[in-house]
Amino acid sequence: MIKRFPLFSRLLHWLMAALILVMLFVGVAMVTSLSDYHRLVDIHRPLGILILVLAAIRLIHRLFRPAPPLPAAMPPLLKVAAQGSHVLLYILMFALPLVGWGMLSAAGYPIVLVGSCHLPAILPHSDGLYAVLRPLHTVLAYLLFVTFLAHLGAALAHALIFRDGVFQSMASWRR
Amino acid sequence: MLAVAATFAWTGGWFSPGHLDQSRMIDTFEAVNGPHPGFRRNHAKGVCLAGWFDSNGNGARLSTAQVFKPGRTPVFGRFALAGGMPAMPDGPEAVRSMALNFTQVDGEVWRTGMNDIPVFPMKDEKSFYEQLVATRPAANGKPDPAKIKAFFAAHPESMRAIGLIKGAPFSSGFANAAYNSLNAFRFVAADGKVTAVRWSMKPVDAFEPEPEQAPKDKNYLFDEFAQRLARGPAQWHLILTIGQPGDSTNDATVPWPADRESVDAGTLSLSTVTAEADGNCRDINFDPLVLPSGIKASDDPLLSARSAAYSESFTRRAGEAKTPSAVQFGK
Repeated sequence: MIKRFPLFSRLLHWLMAALILVMLFVGVAMVTSLSDYHRLVDIHRPLGILILVLAAIRLIHRLFRPAPPLPAAMPPLLKVAAQGSHVLLYILMFALPLVGWGMLSAAGYPIVLVGSCHLPAILPHSDGLYAVLRPLHTVLAYLLFVTFLAHLGAALAHALIFRDGVFQSMASWRR
Repeated sequence: MLAVAATFAWTGGWFSPGHLDQSRMIDTFEAVNGPHPGFRRNHAKGVCLAGWFDSNGNGARLSTAQVFKPGRTPVFGRFALAGGMPAMPDGPEAVRSMALNFTQVDGEVWRTGMNDIPVFPMKDEKSFYEQLVATRPAANGKPDPAKIKAFFAAHPESMRAIGLIKGAPFSSGFANAAYNSLNAFRFVAADGKVTAVRWSMKPVDAFEPEPEQAPKDKNYLFDEFAQRLARGPAQWHLILTIGQPGDSTNDATVPWPADRESVDAGTLSLSTVTAEADGNCRDINFDPLVLPSGIKASDDPLLSARSAAYSESFTRRAGEAKTPSAVQFGK
Protein backbone atom coordinates (compact mmCIF):
# COMPACT_ATOMS: atom_id res chain seq x y z
CA MET A 1 0.00 0.00 0.00
CA ILE A 2 1.50 3.36 -0.99
CA LYS A 3 1.40 6.49 1.14
CA ARG A 4 -1.48 8.92 0.82
CA PHE A 5 -1.16 12.55 -0.31
CA PRO A 6 -1.06 15.09 2.54
CA LEU A 7 -4.57 16.15 3.60
CA PHE A 8 -4.14 19.72 2.33
CA SER A 9 -3.05 18.37 -1.09
CA ARG A 10 -6.13 16.16 -1.26
CA LEU A 11 -8.44 19.03 -0.29
CA LEU A 12 -6.88 21.31 -2.94
CA HIS A 13 -7.06 18.56 -5.54
CA TRP A 14 -10.77 17.89 -5.14
CA LEU A 15 -11.70 21.56 -4.79
CA MET A 16 -9.79 22.44 -7.95
CA ALA A 17 -11.14 19.41 -9.80
CA ALA A 18 -14.66 20.70 -9.21
CA LEU A 19 -13.77 24.30 -10.08
CA ILE A 20 -11.90 23.37 -13.27
CA LEU A 21 -14.69 21.11 -14.47
CA VAL A 22 -17.27 23.86 -13.86
CA MET A 23 -14.92 26.31 -15.59
CA LEU A 24 -14.58 24.13 -18.71
CA PHE A 25 -18.36 23.75 -18.98
CA VAL A 26 -18.98 27.46 -18.39
CA GLY A 27 -16.39 28.24 -21.05
CA VAL A 28 -17.76 25.98 -23.73
CA ALA A 29 -21.34 27.14 -23.06
CA MET A 30 -20.37 30.81 -22.94
CA VAL A 31 -18.85 30.99 -26.42
CA THR A 32 -22.05 29.84 -28.09
CA SER A 33 -24.65 31.47 -25.87
CA LEU A 34 -26.43 34.73 -26.66
CA SER A 35 -28.94 35.02 -23.82
CA ASP A 36 -26.73 33.69 -20.98
CA TYR A 37 -23.43 34.99 -22.30
CA HIS A 38 -23.12 37.87 -19.86
CA ARG A 39 -24.00 35.78 -16.79
CA LEU A 40 -21.48 33.09 -17.77
CA VAL A 41 -18.65 35.55 -18.51
CA ASP A 42 -19.25 37.12 -15.09
CA ILE A 43 -18.61 33.69 -13.52
CA HIS A 44 -15.77 32.73 -15.85
CA ARG A 45 -13.48 35.70 -15.11
CA PRO A 46 -13.30 35.56 -11.28
CA LEU A 47 -13.35 31.75 -11.28
CA GLY A 48 -10.33 31.72 -13.59
CA ILE A 49 -8.39 34.02 -11.29
CA LEU A 50 -9.40 31.90 -8.27
CA ILE A 51 -8.04 28.81 -10.05
CA LEU A 52 -4.79 30.67 -10.80
CA VAL A 53 -4.36 31.59 -7.13
CA LEU A 54 -5.17 28.04 -5.98
CA ALA A 55 -2.75 26.60 -8.55
CA ALA A 56 0.02 28.80 -7.16
CA ILE A 57 -0.75 27.74 -3.57
CA ARG A 58 -0.85 24.12 -4.69
CA LEU A 59 2.49 24.26 -6.50
CA ILE A 60 4.24 25.91 -3.57
CA HIS A 61 2.70 23.39 -1.14
CA ARG A 62 3.79 20.53 -3.37
CA LEU A 63 7.40 21.74 -3.34
CA PHE A 64 7.40 21.40 0.46
CA ARG A 65 5.19 18.29 0.69
CA PRO A 66 5.93 16.22 -2.44
CA ALA A 67 3.56 13.62 -3.86
CA PRO A 68 4.04 10.02 -2.59
CA PRO A 69 6.11 7.87 -4.98
CA LEU A 70 4.26 5.68 -7.50
CA PRO A 71 4.23 1.93 -6.81
CA ALA A 72 7.58 0.29 -7.63
CA ALA A 73 5.77 -2.38 -9.64
CA MET A 74 4.29 0.15 -12.12
CA PRO A 75 5.80 -0.27 -15.64
CA PRO A 76 8.34 2.53 -16.42
CA LEU A 77 6.40 3.70 -19.47
CA LEU A 78 3.24 4.21 -17.40
CA LYS A 79 5.27 6.08 -14.80
CA VAL A 80 6.56 8.46 -17.47
CA ALA A 81 3.00 8.92 -18.78
CA ALA A 82 1.72 9.61 -15.26
CA GLN A 83 4.43 12.15 -14.51
CA GLY A 84 4.16 13.80 -17.93
CA SER A 85 0.38 14.19 -17.71
CA HIS A 86 0.68 15.75 -14.25
CA VAL A 87 3.28 18.25 -15.47
CA LEU A 88 0.90 19.09 -18.34
CA LEU A 89 -2.03 19.56 -15.92
CA TYR A 90 0.04 21.94 -13.81
CA ILE A 91 1.20 23.91 -16.87
CA LEU A 92 -2.40 24.24 -18.08
CA MET A 93 -3.72 25.29 -14.64
CA PHE A 94 -1.36 28.26 -14.88
CA ALA A 95 -1.43 28.87 -18.63
CA LEU A 96 -5.21 29.04 -19.11
CA PRO A 97 -5.93 31.81 -16.58
CA LEU A 98 -2.79 33.71 -17.61
CA VAL A 99 -3.66 33.54 -21.33
CA GLY A 100 -7.23 34.57 -20.44
CA TRP A 101 -6.01 37.54 -18.42
CA GLY A 102 -3.51 38.42 -21.15
CA MET A 103 -6.06 38.26 -23.95
CA LEU A 104 -8.50 40.53 -22.10
CA SER A 105 -5.61 42.95 -21.54
CA ALA A 106 -4.64 42.88 -25.22
CA ALA A 107 -8.29 43.49 -26.19
CA GLY A 108 -8.45 46.61 -24.00
CA TYR A 109 -11.21 45.22 -21.76
CA PRO A 110 -11.31 46.10 -18.08
CA ILE A 111 -10.55 42.93 -16.08
CA VAL A 112 -13.45 42.95 -13.63
CA LEU A 113 -13.64 40.32 -10.88
CA VAL A 114 -16.58 41.24 -8.66
CA GLY A 115 -18.15 44.65 -8.04
CA SER A 116 -15.51 47.34 -8.17
CA CYS A 117 -12.67 44.82 -7.75
CA HIS A 118 -10.61 44.62 -10.93
CA LEU A 119 -7.11 43.64 -12.04
CA PRO A 120 -4.56 45.64 -14.03
CA ALA A 121 -3.73 44.78 -17.64
CA ILE A 122 -0.72 42.48 -18.01
CA LEU A 123 -0.21 43.14 -21.73
CA PRO A 124 -0.47 46.24 -23.94
CA HIS A 125 -3.60 46.92 -26.02
CA SER A 126 -2.94 45.15 -29.32
CA ASP A 127 -5.47 43.50 -31.55
CA GLY A 128 -2.74 41.41 -33.20
CA LEU A 129 -1.81 40.01 -29.79
CA TYR A 130 -5.48 39.37 -28.96
CA ALA A 131 -5.88 37.56 -32.30
CA VAL A 132 -3.17 35.09 -31.20
CA LEU A 133 -4.16 34.69 -27.55
CA ARG A 134 -7.92 34.26 -28.04
CA PRO A 135 -7.65 31.08 -30.19
CA LEU A 136 -4.78 29.87 -27.98
CA HIS A 137 -7.13 30.07 -24.98
CA THR A 138 -9.59 27.78 -26.79
CA VAL A 139 -6.91 25.29 -27.88
CA LEU A 140 -5.46 25.09 -24.35
CA ALA A 141 -8.95 24.64 -22.90
CA TYR A 142 -9.65 21.66 -25.17
CA LEU A 143 -6.22 20.27 -24.33
CA LEU A 144 -7.07 20.62 -20.63
CA PHE A 145 -10.38 18.86 -21.15
CA VAL A 146 -8.69 15.96 -22.99
CA THR A 147 -5.94 15.75 -20.33
CA PHE A 148 -8.64 15.76 -17.65
CA LEU A 149 -10.41 12.84 -19.40
CA ALA A 150 -7.13 10.91 -19.57
CA HIS A 151 -6.49 11.69 -15.90
CA LEU A 152 -9.99 10.47 -14.98
CA GLY A 153 -9.50 7.32 -17.05
CA ALA A 154 -6.14 6.60 -15.44
CA ALA A 155 -7.58 7.18 -11.96
CA LEU A 156 -10.39 4.72 -12.67
CA ALA A 157 -7.88 2.19 -14.06
CA HIS A 158 -5.85 2.45 -10.85
CA ALA A 159 -8.99 2.08 -8.75
CA LEU A 160 -10.68 -0.76 -10.62
CA ILE A 161 -8.02 -2.63 -12.63
CA PHE A 162 -4.56 -2.17 -11.09
CA ARG A 163 -5.89 -1.84 -7.50
CA ASP A 164 -2.43 -0.60 -6.50
CA GLY A 165 -3.43 2.07 -3.97
CA VAL A 166 -2.68 5.02 -6.29
CA PHE A 167 -6.36 5.99 -6.46
CA GLN A 168 -6.75 5.75 -2.67
CA SER A 169 -3.66 7.92 -2.18
CA MET A 170 -5.76 10.83 -3.45
CA ALA A 171 -9.33 9.63 -2.92
CA SER A 172 -9.20 8.75 0.74
CA TRP A 173 -11.17 10.98 3.10
CA ARG A 174 -9.39 9.90 6.26
CA ARG A 175 -6.91 12.26 7.86
CA MET B 1 -15.76 9.30 -19.28
CA LEU B 2 -17.83 9.06 -22.40
CA ALA B 3 -20.74 10.60 -20.53
CA VAL B 4 -18.60 13.55 -19.38
CA ALA B 5 -17.28 14.08 -22.91
CA ALA B 6 -20.79 13.85 -24.38
CA THR B 7 -22.19 16.33 -21.85
CA PHE B 8 -19.31 18.67 -22.66
CA ALA B 9 -20.03 18.45 -26.39
CA TRP B 10 -23.73 19.00 -25.76
CA THR B 11 -22.98 22.09 -23.64
CA GLY B 12 -20.81 23.36 -26.48
CA GLY B 13 -23.76 23.07 -28.85
CA TRP B 14 -22.25 20.38 -31.07
CA PHE B 15 -25.46 18.37 -31.11
CA SER B 16 -27.62 21.35 -32.05
CA PRO B 17 -26.05 22.90 -35.17
CA GLY B 18 -29.24 24.77 -36.15
CA HIS B 19 -29.42 26.64 -32.85
CA LEU B 20 -29.14 30.45 -32.89
CA ASP B 21 -25.76 31.12 -31.30
CA GLN B 22 -23.01 33.75 -31.57
CA SER B 23 -21.45 32.27 -34.70
CA ARG B 24 -24.75 31.94 -36.51
CA MET B 25 -25.70 35.52 -35.71
CA ILE B 26 -22.42 36.90 -37.05
CA ASP B 27 -22.41 34.48 -40.01
CA THR B 28 -25.78 35.98 -40.95
CA PHE B 29 -24.41 39.52 -40.82
CA GLU B 30 -21.65 38.36 -43.17
CA ALA B 31 -24.15 36.70 -45.49
CA VAL B 32 -26.34 39.83 -45.64
CA ASN B 33 -23.53 42.36 -46.12
CA GLY B 34 -20.88 40.30 -47.86
CA PRO B 35 -17.37 39.75 -46.53
CA HIS B 36 -15.57 42.86 -45.25
CA PRO B 37 -12.54 41.49 -43.42
CA GLY B 38 -11.10 43.59 -40.62
CA PHE B 39 -14.29 45.62 -40.13
CA ARG B 40 -17.07 45.48 -37.56
CA ARG B 41 -19.90 43.21 -38.72
CA ASN B 42 -22.39 45.96 -37.85
CA HIS B 43 -21.90 49.72 -37.55
CA ALA B 44 -18.98 49.07 -39.89
CA LYS B 45 -18.39 52.63 -41.12
CA GLY B 46 -17.08 54.95 -38.45
CA VAL B 47 -14.52 57.34 -36.97
CA CYS B 48 -12.81 57.71 -33.59
CA LEU B 49 -13.60 60.40 -31.05
CA ALA B 50 -11.97 61.83 -27.95
CA GLY B 51 -13.08 64.26 -25.27
CA TRP B 52 -14.27 64.33 -21.68
CA PHE B 53 -17.33 64.21 -19.45
CA ASP B 54 -17.93 66.85 -16.76
CA SER B 55 -20.23 65.45 -14.12
CA ASN B 56 -22.30 67.94 -12.11
CA GLY B 57 -22.91 65.35 -9.37
CA ASN B 58 -26.69 65.07 -9.95
CA GLY B 59 -26.43 61.43 -11.05
CA ALA B 60 -24.70 60.40 -7.80
CA ARG B 61 -28.04 60.04 -5.98
CA LEU B 62 -28.94 57.24 -8.42
CA SER B 63 -25.60 55.44 -8.81
CA THR B 64 -22.37 54.98 -6.88
CA ALA B 65 -20.34 54.93 -10.13
CA GLN B 66 -17.48 57.40 -9.84
CA VAL B 67 -18.34 58.95 -13.22
CA PHE B 68 -21.41 60.58 -11.59
CA LYS B 69 -19.51 62.25 -8.76
CA PRO B 70 -18.65 65.90 -9.48
CA GLY B 71 -15.54 66.04 -11.66
CA ARG B 72 -14.10 65.19 -15.05
CA THR B 73 -13.76 61.74 -16.66
CA PRO B 74 -11.77 61.24 -19.89
CA VAL B 75 -13.79 59.81 -22.77
CA PHE B 76 -13.04 58.25 -26.11
CA GLY B 77 -15.55 56.86 -28.54
CA ARG B 78 -16.77 56.24 -32.03
CA PHE B 79 -19.38 57.67 -34.38
CA ALA B 80 -20.72 55.18 -36.90
CA LEU B 81 -23.56 54.35 -39.25
CA ALA B 82 -25.70 51.30 -38.51
CA GLY B 83 -25.21 48.57 -41.08
CA GLY B 84 -22.50 46.15 -42.04
CA MET B 85 -21.12 48.00 -45.11
CA PRO B 86 -17.85 49.80 -44.23
CA ALA B 87 -18.00 52.01 -47.34
CA MET B 88 -21.74 52.77 -47.42
CA PRO B 89 -22.52 56.35 -48.49
CA ASP B 90 -23.81 58.68 -45.76
CA GLY B 91 -27.47 59.39 -46.26
CA PRO B 92 -30.75 60.43 -44.68
CA GLU B 93 -31.78 56.81 -44.16
CA ALA B 94 -28.78 55.76 -42.10
CA VAL B 95 -29.12 55.35 -38.36
CA ARG B 96 -26.22 57.06 -36.55
CA SER B 97 -24.56 55.67 -33.46
CA MET B 98 -22.39 57.08 -30.69
CA ALA B 99 -20.22 54.63 -28.76
CA LEU B 100 -18.37 55.87 -25.69
CA ASN B 101 -15.76 54.65 -23.22
CA PHE B 102 -15.47 56.40 -19.85
CA THR B 103 -12.37 55.37 -17.89
CA GLN B 104 -12.98 56.40 -14.30
CA VAL B 105 -10.11 57.63 -12.12
CA ASP B 106 -10.54 54.49 -9.97
CA GLY B 107 -9.83 52.38 -13.08
CA GLU B 108 -13.37 51.11 -13.64
CA VAL B 109 -14.74 51.44 -17.15
CA TRP B 110 -18.18 52.30 -18.54
CA ARG B 111 -18.92 51.61 -22.22
CA THR B 112 -22.12 52.41 -24.03
CA GLY B 113 -23.37 52.18 -27.60
CA MET B 114 -26.27 54.52 -28.39
CA ASN B 115 -28.36 55.20 -31.51
CA ASP B 116 -30.17 58.32 -32.75
CA ILE B 117 -33.54 56.54 -32.76
CA PRO B 118 -36.15 56.69 -29.95
CA VAL B 119 -36.67 52.91 -29.59
CA PHE B 120 -34.97 49.78 -30.93
CA PRO B 121 -36.88 47.97 -33.71
CA MET B 122 -36.47 44.45 -32.25
CA LYS B 123 -37.19 43.15 -28.78
CA ASP B 124 -34.86 40.14 -28.55
CA GLU B 125 -32.09 38.24 -30.33
CA LYS B 126 -34.50 35.89 -32.08
CA SER B 127 -36.51 38.65 -33.75
CA PHE B 128 -33.27 40.51 -34.51
CA TYR B 129 -32.02 37.44 -36.31
CA GLU B 130 -35.32 36.97 -38.19
CA GLN B 131 -35.18 40.60 -39.30
CA LEU B 132 -31.63 40.10 -40.53
CA VAL B 133 -32.64 37.05 -42.55
CA ALA B 134 -35.72 38.84 -43.93
CA THR B 135 -33.61 41.76 -45.22
CA ARG B 136 -31.02 39.52 -46.86
CA PRO B 137 -30.66 40.62 -50.51
CA ALA B 138 -32.22 38.24 -53.05
CA ALA B 139 -30.74 37.43 -56.47
CA ASN B 140 -31.53 40.94 -57.78
CA GLY B 141 -29.47 42.51 -54.98
CA LYS B 142 -32.52 43.83 -53.14
CA PRO B 143 -34.36 42.37 -50.16
CA ASP B 144 -37.58 40.51 -50.91
CA PRO B 145 -40.50 42.80 -49.86
CA ALA B 146 -42.69 39.75 -49.14
CA LYS B 147 -40.22 38.48 -46.55
CA ILE B 148 -40.02 41.87 -44.87
CA LYS B 149 -43.81 42.05 -44.81
CA ALA B 150 -43.97 38.58 -43.27
CA PHE B 151 -41.46 39.61 -40.60
CA PHE B 152 -43.50 42.63 -39.54
CA ALA B 153 -46.72 40.62 -39.62
CA ALA B 154 -45.14 38.20 -37.14
CA HIS B 155 -43.71 41.03 -35.01
CA PRO B 156 -46.28 43.77 -34.34
CA GLU B 157 -43.96 45.22 -31.67
CA SER B 158 -41.35 45.86 -34.40
CA MET B 159 -44.02 47.42 -36.62
CA ARG B 160 -44.96 49.82 -33.79
CA ALA B 161 -41.28 50.62 -33.12
CA ILE B 162 -40.61 51.39 -36.79
CA GLY B 163 -43.59 53.76 -36.72
CA LEU B 164 -42.05 55.62 -33.76
CA ILE B 165 -38.62 55.70 -35.42
CA LYS B 166 -40.01 57.06 -38.69
CA GLY B 167 -42.12 59.56 -36.77
CA ALA B 168 -39.10 61.12 -35.03
CA PRO B 169 -37.30 63.57 -37.32
CA PHE B 170 -33.64 62.84 -38.05
CA SER B 171 -31.21 65.69 -37.52
CA SER B 172 -28.80 67.09 -40.14
CA GLY B 173 -25.56 65.83 -38.60
CA PHE B 174 -23.73 63.94 -35.88
CA ALA B 175 -23.34 66.99 -33.62
CA ASN B 176 -27.03 67.94 -33.37
CA ALA B 177 -28.43 64.43 -32.95
CA ALA B 178 -29.63 62.86 -29.69
CA TYR B 179 -28.33 59.37 -28.94
CA ASN B 180 -30.30 56.94 -26.79
CA SER B 181 -29.25 53.90 -24.75
CA LEU B 182 -32.49 52.20 -25.90
CA ASN B 183 -31.95 49.31 -23.48
CA ALA B 184 -32.72 49.90 -19.81
CA PHE B 185 -30.14 49.50 -17.07
CA ARG B 186 -30.23 49.36 -13.28
CA PHE B 187 -28.55 52.10 -11.28
CA VAL B 188 -27.52 51.18 -7.75
CA ALA B 189 -27.27 54.02 -5.21
CA ALA B 190 -25.11 54.19 -2.08
CA ASP B 191 -28.07 53.11 0.09
CA GLY B 192 -28.61 50.07 -2.16
CA LYS B 193 -31.68 51.53 -3.88
CA VAL B 194 -32.07 50.22 -7.43
CA THR B 195 -33.51 52.46 -10.16
CA ALA B 196 -34.39 51.51 -13.73
CA VAL B 197 -32.69 54.00 -16.05
CA ARG B 198 -32.51 54.70 -19.77
CA TRP B 199 -30.04 57.39 -20.76
CA SER B 200 -29.64 59.82 -23.64
CA MET B 201 -27.05 62.23 -24.93
CA LYS B 202 -29.02 65.38 -25.86
CA PRO B 203 -27.13 67.77 -28.14
CA VAL B 204 -26.32 71.36 -27.20
CA ASP B 205 -26.20 72.25 -30.93
CA ALA B 206 -29.63 73.29 -32.21
CA PHE B 207 -31.66 70.73 -34.13
CA GLU B 208 -31.82 71.12 -37.87
CA PRO B 209 -33.75 68.68 -40.04
CA GLU B 210 -31.91 66.38 -42.36
CA PRO B 211 -31.64 67.56 -46.01
CA GLU B 212 -34.12 65.86 -48.34
CA GLN B 213 -31.31 64.84 -50.66
CA ALA B 214 -27.93 63.64 -49.51
CA PRO B 215 -25.01 65.86 -50.58
CA LYS B 216 -22.62 64.40 -53.17
CA ASP B 217 -19.84 63.77 -50.64
CA LYS B 218 -20.23 60.11 -49.66
CA ASN B 219 -18.87 60.94 -46.20
CA TYR B 220 -20.71 64.25 -45.70
CA LEU B 221 -21.91 63.43 -42.18
CA PHE B 222 -18.41 62.60 -40.94
CA ASP B 223 -16.75 65.44 -42.87
CA GLU B 224 -19.26 67.99 -41.54
CA PHE B 225 -18.61 66.78 -38.00
CA ALA B 226 -14.86 67.33 -38.45
CA GLN B 227 -15.62 70.88 -39.72
CA ARG B 228 -17.94 71.44 -36.78
CA LEU B 229 -15.11 70.59 -34.33
CA ALA B 230 -12.94 73.30 -35.90
CA ARG B 231 -15.29 75.75 -34.11
CA GLY B 232 -14.79 74.06 -30.71
CA PRO B 233 -15.95 70.90 -28.92
CA ALA B 234 -19.41 69.52 -29.68
CA GLN B 235 -21.42 68.97 -26.51
CA TRP B 236 -24.25 66.86 -25.17
CA HIS B 237 -26.11 66.65 -21.87
CA LEU B 238 -26.23 63.19 -20.34
CA ILE B 239 -29.90 62.77 -19.41
CA LEU B 240 -30.83 59.89 -17.09
CA THR B 241 -34.51 59.01 -17.39
CA ILE B 242 -35.97 57.28 -14.34
CA GLY B 243 -38.30 54.37 -14.97
CA GLN B 244 -41.38 53.80 -12.81
CA PRO B 245 -42.81 50.45 -11.77
CA GLY B 246 -44.52 49.02 -14.83
CA ASP B 247 -42.18 50.72 -17.33
CA SER B 248 -40.72 48.11 -19.61
CA THR B 249 -37.10 47.24 -18.84
CA ASN B 250 -36.97 44.07 -20.93
CA ASP B 251 -38.35 45.38 -24.21
CA ALA B 252 -36.44 48.14 -26.01
CA THR B 253 -39.21 48.49 -28.64
CA VAL B 254 -41.48 50.13 -26.05
CA PRO B 255 -40.88 53.81 -25.15
CA TRP B 256 -41.35 55.08 -21.61
CA PRO B 257 -44.01 57.75 -21.04
CA ALA B 258 -42.74 61.22 -21.95
CA ASP B 259 -43.44 62.66 -18.49
CA ARG B 260 -40.90 60.48 -16.66
CA GLU B 261 -38.55 62.30 -14.31
CA SER B 262 -35.11 62.88 -15.78
CA VAL B 263 -31.79 63.99 -14.34
CA ASP B 264 -29.18 66.03 -16.20
CA ALA B 265 -25.97 64.34 -14.97
CA GLY B 266 -23.43 66.50 -16.78
CA THR B 267 -21.92 67.48 -20.09
CA LEU B 268 -20.07 65.41 -22.65
CA SER B 269 -17.57 67.35 -24.78
CA LEU B 270 -16.06 65.79 -27.88
CA SER B 271 -13.08 67.75 -29.16
CA THR B 272 -11.23 65.43 -31.54
CA VAL B 273 -12.19 63.20 -34.43
CA THR B 274 -9.72 60.89 -36.17
CA ALA B 275 -9.84 58.16 -38.76
CA GLU B 276 -9.88 54.57 -37.54
CA ALA B 277 -6.37 53.15 -37.24
CA ASP B 278 -4.27 50.58 -35.39
CA GLY B 279 -4.80 50.66 -31.65
CA ASN B 280 -7.53 53.34 -31.49
CA CYS B 281 -11.32 52.93 -31.19
CA ARG B 282 -11.21 50.51 -34.13
CA ASP B 283 -9.68 47.89 -31.85
CA ILE B 284 -12.08 48.41 -28.95
CA ASN B 285 -15.26 46.43 -28.36
CA PHE B 286 -17.93 48.87 -27.16
CA ASP B 287 -19.66 46.09 -25.27
CA PRO B 288 -22.75 47.59 -23.58
CA LEU B 289 -22.18 45.36 -20.55
CA VAL B 290 -18.78 46.80 -19.71
CA LEU B 291 -20.16 48.66 -16.69
CA PRO B 292 -18.66 50.18 -13.54
CA SER B 293 -20.02 49.17 -10.12
CA GLY B 294 -23.16 51.26 -9.59
CA ILE B 295 -24.59 50.38 -13.03
CA LYS B 296 -25.97 46.90 -13.73
CA ALA B 297 -27.63 45.17 -16.66
CA SER B 298 -31.44 45.05 -16.68
CA ASP B 299 -33.51 42.02 -17.65
CA ASP B 300 -33.45 43.17 -21.31
CA PRO B 301 -32.43 40.06 -23.34
CA LEU B 302 -30.85 42.26 -26.02
CA LEU B 303 -28.06 43.32 -23.66
CA SER B 304 -26.51 39.89 -23.25
CA ALA B 305 -27.08 39.15 -26.94
CA ARG B 306 -25.35 42.40 -27.94
CA SER B 307 -22.46 41.63 -25.61
CA ALA B 308 -22.08 38.14 -27.09
CA ALA B 309 -22.44 39.16 -30.74
CA TYR B 310 -20.06 42.13 -30.37
CA SER B 311 -17.52 39.81 -28.82
CA GLU B 312 -17.75 37.36 -31.72
CA SER B 313 -17.46 40.20 -34.25
CA PHE B 314 -14.50 41.62 -32.32
CA THR B 315 -12.66 38.29 -32.23
CA ARG B 316 -13.20 37.64 -35.93
CA ARG B 317 -12.01 41.03 -37.11
CA ALA B 318 -9.00 41.05 -34.78
CA GLY B 319 -7.57 38.10 -36.69
CA GLU B 320 -8.17 39.59 -40.15
CA ALA B 321 -5.92 41.76 -42.30
CA LYS B 322 -6.89 45.46 -42.11
CA THR B 323 -7.60 47.85 -44.96
CA PRO B 324 -7.97 51.64 -44.45
CA SER B 325 -11.41 52.79 -43.33
CA ALA B 326 -13.62 54.74 -45.76
CA VAL B 327 -13.52 57.98 -43.76
CA GLN B 328 -10.08 59.65 -43.71
CA PHE B 329 -9.35 63.26 -42.75
CA GLY B 330 -6.92 65.83 -44.07
CA LYS B 331 -6.12 64.09 -47.30
